[in-house]
Amino acid sequence: MTGRAWLRRLWPLAPVLGALVITSGLLLLFGVSPFEGFGALLQGAFGTEAKVLSVAAFWVPLTLAAAGLVVAFTAGLWNIGVEGQIVMGAVASSWLALRFDAPRPILLVAEILVAMAAGALWAGVVAIFKTRGGVHEIFGGLALNNIAIIFTNYLISGPWQPPEGGTFRGTVPFPEKALFPLLGVSRLSPLSIALTLGALAAVYFILRGTYWGLKLDALGRNPKSAFLLGVSSEREMILAMMFCGALAGLGGSVRVLSWFDSLRQSISGGIGFLALLVVMLALFRVVLVPFVAFFFSAVLSGSISLQLRTQLHSSLGGILTSVMVLLVLLFGDYRQLGIFGSRGGKALADE
Amino acid sequence: MNEVEWVRVLSSIVLQATPLMIAVCGETITERAGIVNLSLDGTMLLSAMIGFIAGLLTGSVWLGFLAAALIGGLFASILAFSTIRLRKDQFAVGFVLTLLGEELSAFLGQNYTRIPGESVRHWGIPILKDIPVIGPIFFDHDPVVYFAFVLVGLTWWWIFRTKPGLKLRSAGDRPETGFARGVNIQRLRYLYTIVGGALVGIAGAAYSLDIKLGWSEGHTRGLGWIALAIVIFGGWSPIRGALGALLFGASKALATVLQRRFPEVSVVAFNALPWVLMITVLTLVGSDVSERLILFAPRRFQSRLRHILRVRPPAALGKPFSPSSSGES
Amino acid sequence: MHIQLQNIHKHFGDVKANDGITLEFEPGKIYGVLGENGAGKTTLMKVLSGYHKPDHGTIVIDWTDRSFFSPADALAAGIGMIYQDPLDVPSMRTVENYVLGRSGALAVDLGKAEEELTAFASTVGFEVNPRAYIDTLSLGERQQLELIRLLSLGADLLILDEPTTGISADQKEQLFNSLQKLAGKDGKIIILVSHKLSEVQELCDEVYVLRRGRKVGGVTLPATKQSLVSLMFEELPKRTERASYIREHTIMQLQDLQLSDGRILVGPLNLELHAGEVLGLAGLEGSGQQLLLRACAGLVEAESGKIIIEERDMTRFGYHKRREEGVAYMPSGRLEEGLVEGLSLTDHFVLAEPQHGFVIQRERYQQLTEERIDEYQIVGQSTSRVEELSGGNQQRALLALLRKSARLILLEHPTRGLDVRSAEWIWQVLFQRAAEGAGIIFFSADLDEIIERSDRIAAFSGGQMSRIVTADQTTTDELGHMIGGEL
Repeated sequence: MTGRAWLRRLWPLAPVLGALVITSGLLLLFGVSPFEGFGALLQGAFGTEAKVLSVAAFWVPLTLAAAGLVVAFTAGLWNIGVEGQIVMGAVASSWLALRFDAPRPILLVAEILVAMAAGALWAGVVAIFKTRGGVHEIFGGLALNNIAIIFTNYLISGPWQPPEGGTFRGTVPFPEKALFPLLGVSRLSPLSIALTLGALAAVYFILRGTYWGLKLDALGRNPKSAFLLGVSSEREMILAMMFCGALAGLGGSVRVLSWFDSLRQSISGGIGFLALLVVMLALFRVVLVPFVAFFFSAVLSGSISLQLRTQLHSSLGGILTSVMVLLVLLFGDYRQLGIFGSRGGKALADE
Repeated sequence: MNEVEWVRVLSSIVLQATPLMIAVCGETITERAGIVNLSLDGTMLLSAMIGFIAGLLTGSVWLGFLAAALIGGLFASILAFSTIRLRKDQFAVGFVLTLLGEELSAFLGQNYTRIPGESVRHWGIPILKDIPVIGPIFFDHDPVVYFAFVLVGLTWWWIFRTKPGLKLRSAGDRPETGFARGVNIQRLRYLYTIVGGALVGIAGAAYSLDIKLGWSEGHTRGLGWIALAIVIFGGWSPIRGALGALLFGASKALATVLQRRFPEVSVVAFNALPWVLMITVLTLVGSDVSERLILFAPRRFQSRLRHILRVRPPAALGKPFSPSSSGES
Repeated sequence: MHIQLQNIHKHFGDVKANDGITLEFEPGKIYGVLGENGAGKTTLMKVLSGYHKPDHGTIVIDWTDRSFFSPADALAAGIGMIYQDPLDVPSMRTVENYVLGRSGALAVDLGKAEEELTAFASTVGFEVNPRAYIDTLSLGERQQLELIRLLSLGADLLILDEPTTGISADQKEQLFNSLQKLAGKDGKIIILVSHKLSEVQELCDEVYVLRRGRKVGGVTLPATKQSLVSLMFEELPKRTERASYIREHTIMQLQDLQLSDGRILVGPLNLELHAGEVLGLAGLEGSGQQLLLRACAGLVEAESGKIIIEERDMTRFGYHKRREEGVAYMPSGRLEEGLVEGLSLTDHFVLAEPQHGFVIQRERYQQLTEERIDEYQIVGQSTSRVEELSGGNQQRALLALLRKSARLILLEHPTRGLDVRSAEWIWQVLFQRAAEGAGIIFFSADLDEIIERSDRIAAFSGGQMSRIVTADQTTTDELGHMIGGEL
């Protein structure tokens, strides 16, 4: 293999390297050696069994939302409203957990289903505003995100306020039987792992093997041609958004029923936005999603320990991941750069 | 409420709307050139932080504003380069920059949270501030507020009443025409994206150095998104945008007032008002609903109403331009 | 001003749009540039007005070589072009559009500009409302504005590309009067790119005729339509004999159908298409043929009138519904609209054929795709992505995607860019469909193809459809006249 071919093969690593260099620079700026910093980060993510379990527990809702987003992106949709869909899923589950009583299996299934329905509905609203009202899904999604968060705050400080008074922090803890069974003392539930793997398999199967998946793919790549080949754009767009919303809602359910044990003020905490980054770094492919999500989850959990160890703010992990995504987005396609000779990228050729 | 209280409420609405007005002006010129800079929320956080620290370290608020403007322009130039030169998806790049700006602001500003710093000094305009009612509402603030109002007027004048403004509009509406009339579309888009970003930077610093003093993590979170929505709400006009910013401030103030009247309804329910308003307006702008409503009006008002109600986005917004392909066929 | 175009060459990929054209223009005269589809007239005019750089050749103005880097450059040298769809900014007021691109003081004095505009307009004989928004104006008014603008900027040579398509008779007369005045009194050069013979005869002093990227003649008027037509259109070879598949049964009936795309008005049209019939639509591109085809497919809504297919009124049916009812449509863009870049051939058949259940039975479609690949002689695999296929094979793929059950087949440029053998082969497939009872309507930029393949032919000019002639009895001449607006 020639040197140039090697370079091309190794090119995907360049953004990773770039992101490491930039974050190392930031560490040095604050007087922390990069080795120490990244060492603390790794320690924080994988140092003890409890830490690994915590990474896995954070991975669950992130992966669920990202898996749903793959479907939305395939159809060419920017479902930035995924954050609100997670919140509404959490709210719906909390409603059952607080207000209803049933044998545990039935209650859990009902909580999961109602969360998925709520997420799907919240996403469907965005989709209908887009197809019928001409509101771009980014703005519709943002508005509904904020309304969902405000709605949560209203519930916490209003009807679902704990009896001892308005702490504005969350509801009372749900009864034990309403919660997911947990693994030891962790926040990880085998049930949610199973649900996540199921969701990944479902998305993979839908996109690889079904008419619907193919229609979405065609729609995302070329709406005009897809329409001429017989794809009904409006229907498929709404369905793709609702599917994504259902998985996000499920993620919300996991947040209240296993990560926390009650409905909290910022129940999603930006997981929806993170999931968008995950999908971009995974190059919009569902097979890469669980691994990228795990990487994100490890980095973010690790950087919380980093903060405890070095007093450095935990946002370092966020910087590392978002710089990486930015670099992949800008320079991931080496053909476009023209630095390897051969054919220049198509987009540059016609400039 | 008595008159004094009303005046105080209105005056605070004007004050609160100031940074939004500046950001809206910046994003309006960027979008008028055909580029969507989605990264406002991150840019504002980052520049609020940088502005605060620069002000603190130099002891000059004005250097703080300068630093904020530079960082805003720098951030926007990343977006400009990747969308104009590399032709990447504007939404994707803008979104990643949003998150990056937020994380960077939290990290870089970590040692400067919740400490006192420089602030813009209050300066009522002599004579004008003594006009009853109007004086305290508009003329008894500080220079940043006056700057925002001047900026709104200036931006409007620039877009609608100058030759460069005409070129700007052609770049966003029909770049082929601009090109045929001798406009360098790509250079113009770079310019307005960067200048727009710098204004957004100033808006960020207007929070940390003036309206919402100091720095803390997530200091201006969410306000960038609101500014983006107001740009659309304002129909890509700075004056309407400024009204939108005031209206947004007013709806927040209204929420507080209503809360006092109806204590049984939670304050957070009123907070949803601006967002509901936003999505309603976007629907009116984006669909034929407004056209249908216009048909109810008396015939002689219809065409005037149409011009007021129906605002269209710049036709080439978000679309890459290349001079060679535009001439074909 | 005196202008020479010397040996202009301009290629787009393999297509030689201009292949060594030399022309001369003298002041005070009105020139017509005539030619059928693809003759290279618009390209040549874009070279002259600075939009395209020629690959080879020079523009000589008053005996000095010039080269332009942009339309603004050309205008500074006194050359202005008015496009069919004038280059203005729809959201601006008339006066703003007038000022855009002018040098001078930073601030625009709208009042002064309005006065200047109105004054200038009246010297040319037009009346304008400087405050009106461009997007509320008619096409004719927008052309007038461009004319005024270019003149006010000192243009000595004006190029008008098909200016009379889509404007009213009054506006046309007004335009022609002022053009005659500009040439006669002010000594300007006017170049009229047109296909309408009577207008060229009425207005021009000299006519240049282009064919396949070359100049084939220059005529000083007056001249007969006959002589112009015979220059524009090569005498075509006699049509080959072929069996007619036309049956009694009517596939589609159009009743007083009226269409509009905001630029041109088409109709009212009345038409009957029989089973087994091939109807060819001739005419300059953008004269309404495409609009008609898309209306039949359900992609464009009818303004009024009826579309009756297989004895059912389908005027209100959308594209997807008509597709289920046996209407098939093949668009002209292959990768823009038609095929989906990134998807395989099999994927395309999965989408296009009727679907059963939820899960794709890959083997079934794989087999179907391979059958079609054989049947349509596509060079490629069932797993090939469509962008990997050559243009000709993409065309075959589009054809293969038309459902077998289709009763009405609508085709845009069915053989564009294909070699003779592939084109022949594609038509054999289409004739087979006709023999099975399908009705076919197509349009093409290639007049030979229309004469050779159709049973009947109609021509479009400026949105009007001509009488319908039978293909084996018509002549190049007759068609040339029809295309030239002699309906």
